[in-house]
Amino acid sequence: MEKVIEGRVWTLGRDVDTDQIISGKYLTVIDPNELKKHVFEIALPEFASGSRPGDILVAGENFGSGSSREHAPQAMRAAGVAAVVADSFARIFFRNAINLGLLAIEVPGVRAIFETGETARIDLTSGRIRNETTGRSVSFPPIPAHLMSLLEAGGLVEKVRRELEARRATATNAGAAR
Amino acid sequence: MTGANGHGQSLAEKILARASGAERVVPGEIIEGSVDLAMMHEQGAQTVAPFHQMGAERVWDPDRVVIAIDHWVPASTEGAAVLHRILRKFAAEANLSHFYDVGQHGICHQILAENGWVVPGDLAVGTDSHTNMLGAMGAFATGIGPTEMAAVLALGRLWLKVPTSIAIRVKGSFGRGVTAKDLVLRIVGEVKTTGAAYRAVEYSGPLIERLSMPERFTLCNMTTEMGAKAGMVAPDQTTFDYLRPIAKHAMHPLRSDGDAAYERTIDLNVDGMEPMVACPYSPDNVRPLPEVVREHVRIDQAFLGSCTNARIEDLREGAALMKGQKVAKGVRFIVSPASTKIYEQCLEEGIIETFTRAGAVFTNSSCSACFGGNMGILAPEEACASSSNRNFPGRMGAKEARIYLMSPAAVVASAIRGEIADPREFA
Ligand code: SF4
Repeated sequence: MEKVIEGRVWTLGRDVDTDQIISGKYLTVIDPNELKKHVFEIALPEFASGSRPGDILVAGENFGSGSSREHAPQAMRAAGVAAVVADSFARIFFRNAINLGLLAIEVPGVRAIFETGETARIDLTSGRIRNETTGRSVSFPPIPAHLMSLLEAGGLVEKVRRELEARRATATNAGAAR
Repeated sequence: MTGANGHGQSLAEKILARASGAERVVPGEIIEGSVDLAMMHEQGAQTVAPFHQMGAERVWDPDRVVIAIDHWVPASTEGAAVLHRILRKFAAEANLSHFYDVGQHGICHQILAENGWVVPGDLAVGTDSHTNMLGAMGAFATGIGPTEMAAVLALGRLWLKVPTSIAIRVKGSFGRGVTAKDLVLRIVGEVKTTGAAYRAVEYSGPLIERLSMPERFTLCNMTTEMGAKAGMVAPDQTTFDYLRPIAKHAMHPLRSDGDAAYERTIDLNVDGMEPMVACPYSPDNVRPLPEVVREHVRIDQAFLGSCTNARIEDLREGAALMKGQKVAKGVRFIVSPASTKIYEQCLEEGIIETFTRAGAVFTNSSCSACFGGNMGILAPEEACASSSNRNFPGRMGAKEARIYLMSPAAVVASAIRGEIADPREFA
């Protein structure tokens, strides 16, 4: 995982719930490339066609509230979102994002320093996000180690895969030693 | 921290300590918890691919996994049919025999409740945000996403940050026409949609102790609308009486210590409380019902259903009001029981007949109109009186459509009037 991420910003308001990220009528869609066409259809209709891979979302409080649908972070990841930074997150969305390897960072006060179209630079090592257009910045506490290890593995699937593999190797070795 | 500032533990902490095999846990700590029950609905179809990608060969304990099809019953689109098929195939391959397929179906949370799948002391997870409802059993029950569920199926555990707890203590008595739904709406109105984010909510007090299990389900169900990780009621005689004939595994009843530390304590008295309604577009936009009634809000649809309020008690109460009345001209009234069991009870008690003769559409059990992806979809300029739990933009269809959340009785009263009405004006 890159320690410094720079990208063009799209801003969103507060309480953007999962229905506004990907609405209920798309819940039977499994293909992420199909999902991304409808991402933010309600909250930010110009996003799906106007965004490019590497863009960064900056949202207000309680981003991703509502349902447990993983379609929300999945659609965002498929659209190439490099990071989503919010004043605060709803818990299931946050977990889902990290589990899928989508960088989600809680930074109280971040929404106030960005407008759509500006450039953000996120430094994970120093815990700082800077608006490269205006020069304003805010800092955030370091990402907890277990979350970072999940992100670095590329998500939960890879992490569990390694764990199961290690477990099988131990079992085989134990069997061989017997 | 407020409260007694002692070294005691809250109910949430005790359950998570048990789940992680520790003597005690403290808020903020990250634990690995053993899962007692894992539930999946259609979203579980997305669990299958990551489960295989993880290289998992088998499910950690097939007897602790429940699959309930509920959002699209029977499948209303090809996409839904595919999800169902993925789940059926996976269930067969992985030996998951606790599969509530079309015919024995119901809303996943109700299936867990009425079959005793979650018991006191459990750590339960489900691929649905309203899994919180099962906290009414004195359990820690919470929603997770499908990829995380794949890890749970593979390992039988998950990581959790131990939450701080909020105590909500309630006393007093409900007046006529006031229900557990009105209480939880009032609480959501006060705590707001983010007020309990990442926290565990523990309900207690003389009123809570007198609530029936169905009422506790309604209460814990909507802790989700406060952002809470879990909502719970300590187990007592009511819980044991409900569970004894149906419990699927051993109970480990736990209670918070008298000197447990709570981040916040909210004391409420429901004496003199009015029925409540959550107005568009947020469940915390709560006002006393009579105030809204005075504004003559016309409705196009009424919905008596969802995991919050479609149990037999809710439908009985609604049918009693409906008897001898008609659904107002121009209103579509959808009634959907929460499970097939409840449907059968309605059949026996003449409830289906009452609603149908009054002009309502009585559907099979499912999530029905609750989430805007199956049936009972709203057009942009329409308004709906609903017994469900969410009224965000686009929740039941068009993003402009207005949803008003209220008790089952208030929904029926509104269906009869054709505008938002107070059930106390009937009977
Ligand atoms: S009834 Fe509504 S809230 Fe409950 S599980 Fe179904 S869609 Fe979700």
